[in-house]
Amino acid sequence: MTDACTHPQTPLLHVEHLTMRFGGLVAADDVSFKAQDRKITAIIGPNGAGKTTLFNCLTGFYAPTSGRLELNHPTRGECLLERMEGHRIARDAGVARTFQNIRLFARMTVLENLIVAQHNRLMRASGFSFLGLLGFKRYVDAETQAVELARYWLDRIGLTERADWEAGNLPYGDQRRLEVARAMCTEPVLLCLDEPAAGLNPRESADLNRLLTFIRDEHSIGLLLIEHDMSVVMGISDHIVVLDYGRKIADGTPRAVRNDPAVIRAYLGDENDEENDNAMPPKVTADPKGGDV
Amino acid sequence: MEYFVQQLINGLTLGAVYGLIAIGYTMVYGIIGMINFAHGEIFMIGAFHALIIALGLGITTGTWIPVALVAALVGTMLLTPIYGWALERVAYRPLRGSPRLATLITAIGMSIYLPNQVQLLQGARIKTLPPVLQGGFEIMEGGGFVVTLSYLQILIMVLTVTLMVAFTLIIEKTALGRAQRACEQDRTMAALSGINVDRTIALTFVMGATLASVAGMIFLLRYGVIDFFIGFLVGIKAFTAAVLGGIGSLPGAMLGGFLIGLIEAFWSGYFTVEYKDVAAFSILVLVLIFRPTGLLGKPDIEKV
Repeated sequence: MTDACTHPQTPLLHVEHLTMRFGGLVAADDVSFKAQDRKITAIIGPNGAGKTTLFNCLTGFYAPTSGRLELNHPTRGECLLERMEGHRIARDAGVARTFQNIRLFARMTVLENLIVAQHNRLMRASGFSFLGLLGFKRYVDAETQAVELARYWLDRIGLTERADWEAGNLPYGDQRRLEVARAMCTEPVLLCLDEPAAGLNPRESADLNRLLTFIRDEHSIGLLLIEHDMSVVMGISDHIVVLDYGRKIADGTPRAVRNDPAVIRAYLGDENDEENDNAMPPKVTADPKGGDV
Repeated sequence: MEYFVQQLINGLTLGAVYGLIAIGYTMVYGIIGMINFAHGEIFMIGAFHALIIALGLGITTGTWIPVALVAALVGTMLLTPIYGWALERVAYRPLRGSPRLATLITAIGMSIYLPNQVQLLQGARIKTLPPVLQGGFEIMEGGGFVVTLSYLQILIMVLTVTLMVAFTLIIEKTALGRAQRACEQDRTMAALSGINVDRTIALTFVMGATLASVAGMIFLLRYGVIDFFIGFLVGIKAFTAAVLGGIGSLPGAMLGGFLIGLIEAFWSGYFTVEYKDVAAFSILVLVLIFRPTGLLGKPDIEKV
């Protein structure tokens, strides 16, 4: 199955005819698109367009009404995400996710947050923990490795000094980057980021952009990005999918999407051809159930 | 003074039993936010397992007693957690995500069902175990009163402290413990980090039941008399201990257990034995009124 990533025509993620209904409300309506590895694919659209719903389907929170979510894992082959349980999507399919509102383990230290994300490898190595207590070498080694990986990411996000802080006490921007780092510690092949730049100041936002492009270039995984901040979207994404009222209305490179009349109409209404920067309505929750899970 | 020291020793050994059970209450509350009222019954079943194994081996005197004790201890620590696991699997997991009242009612239901099962299987009469571990040290004497520290009390303290240290290490240092703390804080996010939440919760019940089974065995050795109904009162007192220490807090449960044990011992030593339960439960009332989060509990912070 290793040739999945050598054929450029085999996408990392292939969403086919995804439909998600909540009673009479159609949150995602026949959405199809592809996302490649080593690429940042941005999902944009006005509020209520179905972006978070899409993420929730991808990460096992919702079982889609219909459709197929195929993930081609470079070593484990094809996974059908719509049929997997949440923790197996993270563990076996290699899909990691961050949330609109930060969900760190606030009462654990920064370092522990990153080690918890490597839980499965540690549990396997430790014989479900009880053997690990007796100091078996395999467990100690696995633990050392886990700490090393955590240290690597701490270094990347510049939090090495604060490794022993409680995560809840970090400044907002640091928490955002820690969340990305934690997701990366699960060693995913697809990283789904739900508005990672929300609430960041321009400098923090630029830091985040650098982190995301670093992940794309150095760790060669695919990134899915929901974002309202157009400077982020236009600055770093390789591919943009535009949703509106649950439907896909455009799909292409940033340049193509920016000039797409359907997109401009969706964001600004008719008879308006200005640039769409910062033209978003006030933010409310993007999914019909309220909140993101 | 001598009398005081003796009550202190008695109180601490009694508190060890409450502490071990209280840990089970507090861990389950921490991870799924429910009070497992059937936990006291798990303690009772642990005592029965130890009794059955000890009597089954037929060793109550002689040099083989340590072997019998170890067999009973290991046996009950292996068998009783099966009940803890089954309890979670059958009674609580199907109701996960349902309103709190539903799980509370199931818990009470299980706490009625389990003693009745034991009553059916073992009979309603009290069961006795002849004292297997006698003797001890006389550590103080004065005014015609001898303070003794029995071998059994030493065994109880050593066992309890070892287990408490071991479980604290599991929670603080191992992958399983980290997973439990992660589930406690955010179950969804824990699942997304690849943690099998259902299994982690089941293991929490198993761990709680293991400690309760040891408490059951200690109770059996200390009093020599058990019946199917001992789980209720001891369970409620251990729950009081968990609330006193701050429910959800592991050190709190241990502290609370020892405090309740001491309160009971001193009350029966200096006032009346009949009202020792009143003393323990008055503490519960006072704590709930003046410090609902308990001694070491953290105030509930609203999740953002």
